[in-house]
Amino acid sequence: MRKILVLTIGMIFGLGMLHAQDGYEVGDIASDFELKNVDGSMVSMSDYDEAEGFAVIFTCNHCPYAQAWEQRIIDIHKKYASKGYPVIAINPNDPELAPGDSFDKMKERAEEKNYPFPYLFDAEQTVYKKYGAKRTPHVFLLDKQGNGKLKVAYIGAVDDNYEDPDEVEKHYLADAIESLMADKTPKPKFTKAIGCSIKD
Amino acid sequence: MRYFFFITVTVALIFVFNTANSQDIKVYDGFESFEPLLHKQSDTTYIINFWATWCAPCVKELPYFQEAYEKYKDTNVKIMLVSLDFGSSAKERVKQFIEARNITADVMILDDPKSNAWINKVNDSWSGALPATVIYNKDSRSFYEQSFKKKELFTEIKSKTQ
Repeated sequence: MRKILVLTIGMIFGLGMLHAQDGYEVGDIASDFELKNVDGSMVSMSDYDEAEGFAVIFTCNHCPYAQAWEQRIIDIHKKYASKGYPVIAINPNDPELAPGDSFDKMKERAEEKNYPFPYLFDAEQTVYKKYGAKRTPHVFLLDKQGNGKLKVAYIGAVDDNYEDPDEVEKHYLADAIESLMADKTPKPKFTKAIGCSIKD
Repeated sequence: MRYFFFITVTVALIFVFNTANSQDIKVYDGFESFEPLLHKQSDTTYIINFWATWCAPCVKELPYFQEAYEKYKDTNVKIMLVSLDFGSSAKERVKQFIEARNITADVMILDDPKSNAWINKVNDSWSGALPATVIYNKDSRSFYEQSFKKKELFTEIKSKTQ
């Protein structure tokens, strides 16, 4: 009998851990982080008093999908940061496995492309795991609640076409931000896209 | 003169051999035309690997799929290497890539950038990250969002074909 009890408790904990590994779902409260930006400063979401939310985007230098969406991400930040929804880009890759994604290369890329948003390095590779990012780019749109907590409002792709900005029909992320601005629930709240696996 | 003849013949043979070795890469420009490959009803086991030339973990495991192709080519195991390379030069890039690596297993390109519409049709649990592999036959279907080590791949194929 005791064995069964121990096994059951073990299984419950085991399942709990499995769930934790899966990362956030829409509706979950996201945790803040403190990560190093390409300008050398440490950045947390709590630094942004005025923000209504954040588009946290796990992305990187080397991945062709990240490159294909890069300008669109810059444009979204330019349009929505002043409305309370800035982009925060985070590189989750281990530079030993993806040499193009080293901190120095991140600095170069941010400078070259004139990133208007922070580009943070998840050096310990803990933040992407907590969020449950699976690929680059992978978007987590967070909605700041009255109590200051950050609720996950949308998870997925920037839009519905990785190759050609002119062929985009559904602007998932921009539409989700517009929904939050109108106090509505984003629809869809979850999308997928082909991307590069996170190098860990 | 005889040497010249010999060299000419050798060069010609190499050329013929290389040409025979190269394959015409089929491009599926919409998931709909590709989808039937995921649902064939026959006695064959299909191994479908999604990859791209720029994807380092994909490139690392490709030789294992080629080895599996060579081992199983006379059996009812079929391997399809589905590249998700995109851009105007994708076909040429993939062709050069597989020729340089002597890949003779079936290679094709799936060019459908509206991937949210089809990722779940490959498998519900796929996040969209590359590489990914489907192994199926009429009795079972498995999905792997991972890169394989050589032994893992051969163990999986063996378990599906017994």
